[in-house]
Amino acid sequence: MKQLKESAPVAHSRIYALGAARGSNIVTNDEIAGPIDSSDEWIRQRTGVITRVRAPENQSLMDLAVEASKEAIEASGIDPAEIGAVILATISFPYQTPSGASLLSELVGAHSAAAYDISAACAGYCYGIAQADAMVRSGLAKYVLVVGAEKLSDFLSPTDRTISFLLGDGAGAAIVGPSDHPGIAQTVWGADGANWDKVGMTDSILDFRDGKAQWPTLVQEGQPVFRWAVWEMSKVAKQALEAAGIEASDLSALVTHQANMRIIDEFVKQLALPESVVVARDIAETGNTSAASIPLAMHRLLKENQVQPGGYALQIGFGAGLAFAAQVVELP
Amino acid sequence: MAHSQQEVLAGLAELVNDETGITADAVQMDKSFTDDLDIDSISMMTIVVNAEDKFGVKIPDEEVKNLITVADAVNFITENQD
Repeated sequence: MKQLKESAPVAHSRIYALGAARGSNIVTNDEIAGPIDSSDEWIRQRTGVITRVRAPENQSLMDLAVEASKEAIEASGIDPAEIGAVILATISFPYQTPSGASLLSELVGAHSAAAYDISAACAGYCYGIAQADAMVRSGLAKYVLVVGAEKLSDFLSPTDRTISFLLGDGAGAAIVGPSDHPGIAQTVWGADGANWDKVGMTDSILDFRDGKAQWPTLVQEGQPVFRWAVWEMSKVAKQALEAAGIEASDLSALVTHQANMRIIDEFVKQLALPESVVVARDIAETGNTSAASIPLAMHRLLKENQVQPGGYALQIGFGAGLAFAAQVVELP
Repeated sequence: MAHSQQEVLAGLAELVNDETGITADAVQMDKSFTDDLDIDSISMMTIVVNAEDKFGVKIPDEEVKNLITVADAVNFITENQD
């Protein structure tokens, strides 16, 4: 009997480059405070958000995803035809099927790539990086395009005080490919299905179809989610550092999901990070963009020269599911 | 070792002060966390988690919303200590 041939593994993977696209409307707190009976001061104090970016009607999730992807592809210097897989992490692509990734692959010139979406909410980008790392090292794909893209403004309620007022629209993209040294450490990931209902939609689309519910929008139970996001996720962050074989003092940057500035502040406290570690705080201007928030925040740190390529960043995504994933990566 | 109600009140007042800057002597049994002390939900959760550590007590998520007044918290902690 002939022996089966497997894909040829490569030793290591890394992120080659990032790309970013933000909704073109900058929305201030004053513009959204009325329907939630709030104020600019209240929103700043409680969330750290000063503005959020939102896409107008003529700027789709796919427009954002394509813009971010093209930047990442160009900056990485690869031929898009060599992309073996396109992974789109999103919760707001407006079609049940086909996948957004399939269209995205066509629009960026990755014509024959495997393409699929993943639904892991704010952990989606880190899930995607974990999968891309595994694909590249196993030889399943030479290059993988990982994109977190959201147009959350299609799924929010102006009167919701739990999460809607924080949300923005954007896309962040990464090219992952083979490397001569480790550039993506072991991922620590999982999901807490017992708390499936703590962040999610107000209703199912079937209830909407049947006239039993309004258009479903995003909602969360703030207090339990805050406790989980800080005290449980800081344990996961420590596990990711341990899995990478490094200490907090070896990091150049901490890039958490940009959920709320107070989660980030408390997170930093729990990790007892040295002051040398730059903490991403893109939420102040961009808002919470779910799957897009980590690559957008890392892209900003690099663009603003707050961190240098080659340094290590701990990235951790957490959100609806409650899904989470963390890994240390080398900054591209 | 179990803490007395007075000790729990004093310890809780310290935690409130650490998180919000509210002076410890403003934290009286009859005060409402939200209405009188103006403590928001995120600060409340931080105080709850720190109180768990300080007093060796578990305060489940579903219990937090029942802690309206300082007395509610002091009583819950006193009655549920290890």
